[in-house]
Amino acid sequence: MSEPTIDRVTYWRTQIRRTAILLGVWFVVGFVLSIFLAEPLNSFSFGGVPFGFWMAQQGSIFVFVSLILIYTLASNQLDREAGVEEAEGSTSSAGQGH
Amino acid sequence: MGILGWTAVWVVITFSIYIGIAIWSRVADTRGFYVASQGVPAVANGMAVGADWMSAASFISLAGIVSFIGFDGSVYLMGWTGGYVLLALLLAPYLRKFGEYTVPDFVARRYYSKTARVVAAVAALFVSFTYVAGQMRGVGVVFSRFLGDFLAPFATAIGVEVVTIGVTIGMIIVALYAVLGGMKGVTWTQVAQYCVLIIAYLIPAVAIAAELTGNPIPQGAIGDVVPVLNQLSADLGLDMYTGPFSNLSMLNVFCITFVLMAGTAGLPHVIVRFYTVKTVRDARWSAFWAIVFIGILYTVAPAIAMFSRLEILQSFNELGAQGMAQQLGWVQNWTQAGLIESSGWTADTTVQQMLGGIDRDIIVLATPELAGLSAWVVGLVAAGGLAAALSTASGLMIVISSSLAHDIYGEVINPDASEQKRLRVGRQAIFVGVIVAGLAGIYPPGFVAEVVAFAFGLAAASFFPILVLGIFWKRCNRQGAVAGMIAGLTFTFVMIVLMRIHIITRGAIAEPFIDSFLGINAQGIGIIGMLINFALTIGISLNTPAPPQKVQDLVEQVRYPRELTPDELKEAVAEARG
Repeated sequence: MSEPTIDRVTYWRTQIRRTAILLGVWFVVGFVLSIFLAEPLNSFSFGGVPFGFWMAQQGSIFVFVSLILIYTLASNQLDREAGVEEAEGSTSSAGQGH
Repeated sequence: MGILGWTAVWVVITFSIYIGIAIWSRVADTRGFYVASQGVPAVANGMAVGADWMSAASFISLAGIVSFIGFDGSVYLMGWTGGYVLLALLLAPYLRKFGEYTVPDFVARRYYSKTARVVAAVAALFVSFTYVAGQMRGVGVVFSRFLGDFLAPFATAIGVEVVTIGVTIGMIIVALYAVLGGMKGVTWTQVAQYCVLIIAYLIPAVAIAAELTGNPIPQGAIGDVVPVLNQLSADLGLDMYTGPFSNLSMLNVFCITFVLMAGTAGLPHVIVRFYTVKTVRDARWSAFWAIVFIGILYTVAPAIAMFSRLEILQSFNELGAQGMAQQLGWVQNWTQAGLIESSGWTADTTVQQMLGGIDRDIIVLATPELAGLSAWVVGLVAAGGLAAALSTASGLMIVISSSLAHDIYGEVINPDASEQKRLRVGRQAIFVGVIVAGLAGIYPPGFVAEVVAFAFGLAAASFFPILVLGIFWKRCNRQGAVAGMIAGLTFTFVMIVLMRIHIITRGAIAEPFIDSFLGINAQGIGIIGMLINFALTIGISLNTPAPPQKVQDLVEQVRYPRELTPDELKEAVAEARG
């Protein structure tokens, strides 16, 4: 394990900030573009499909997949920077409290 | 060989695989029984989450509903995928770090309370039983349509309906691998079931996309189909397929989508799947793989919805309703199965009346027939539908079993029980669950997706707020969480009963007591329950003592993937204060 480059307070604040940003995108894509603005956006065509409709039934899902991918890569990277990633087998295992 | 023969072949092959896995993955301890010994690789867990998640509702009903309500069907498409963003970012990694057996385990330790455990366990049972009812109805639909002719003589001989036999066979299979293999058996059968269901879903979709547009990728074929479909709808005087809010108001589309997302993140049978991987890193990756595997089906579903809509409207345009009833094999087959009401179709039947006579649940199962695909494809789709229903039912059985045997029996009633005793009670609890679920399938409460959607409202109103607050807000305490959970669940349950009483009582009470609450319908009402839960949990927490230091340390600990040493933990707590 290499020396951590950030402390744990920064780790947690960064995690919270990123989570908030990603959830912001989630809300804008899932609710604002795909529902609240669906009607006006439908006047634009996306590959033959009204855009609001395409966002609601296709585009939003692609964005959701991307958000989780970004989160996973970024979090795993941040764990290493803060020196809080797990060595194999170091995570608490179930049944300890029993 | 016809559809009946092929269906029988696929069902026998797939069921044999499931039983084979059950025998191979027997377990001997509770850690294997409840969390598959926490040894499931991330990709396999992603598939298992996919199968666990995609129920009879996703497989059988989803495309059908979207096909009938067009844009407004997006509530299910976004609701049942977007929830994974909440789950991946707010819950899965932290709950894995916490790492026990059940959701009530977390609730009990975080809120240092046996009462909280019992409330959570009861809520988990409640949500899971609501959900499982939908699965068994799905099994019944598949058996009665595809194996009806084959099973009818047996059914007559013992004096029951075909559906009853179908449900019974399904329950025996689930009981077998869940009782023997617990979570481990369920995990590996779910991996196999994911493969069966996704292949069964994709083959007809790809074949129809290629035939209709020349583009074999269903998501890509949409662009060619939408203009034709919108034009045909306009010619027949129907609402534009792609136009929003013709079936649901914008408020309801918003509320239902939100409830389905928050409910996804609060459903115990999905959350526990994240307990089964090795590390926090694997928990994050399995959330990613889960939404990939789920997204494949969910982006294809709207294509199938359109293809079938187009086929049906074109048939009507060419033949009229009477012609459809007389000339089309699929109309006759499904009329026989009791899922199309075509006996009254005449030359005067309007397109709305024709569409009204078709049960939405048949769309996916009927699409291959409707597009004239070979019998082996039709049979495979039936096996896929069964895989979807059984995999979800078995995940729910684990939750039902662990709530009864681990949380209520093992932790509250008899904490001194031996490992052997706990395992035996867990297995017995699955048996009880299976029988109750079977009864719910034989006497189904409403149609599949609707029933399932209520489970989401209940999960969103009970678990989601207290799990999120429990992880992100140290000050959140027992008094707040217990009150929030009970109030959210009770409010949502009462509202659903008031709005759906005519369906719940099967018409004994003809009219619902209320139609909507502030304009929100029964499927979306969970959002209010969720807000009540959040408000009460926060309000009461702030006016009662802070949780003990031990619990605040636990919350701190849960934030870091690696287990902090006691010194590091002290330091982290001090830093966070300063």
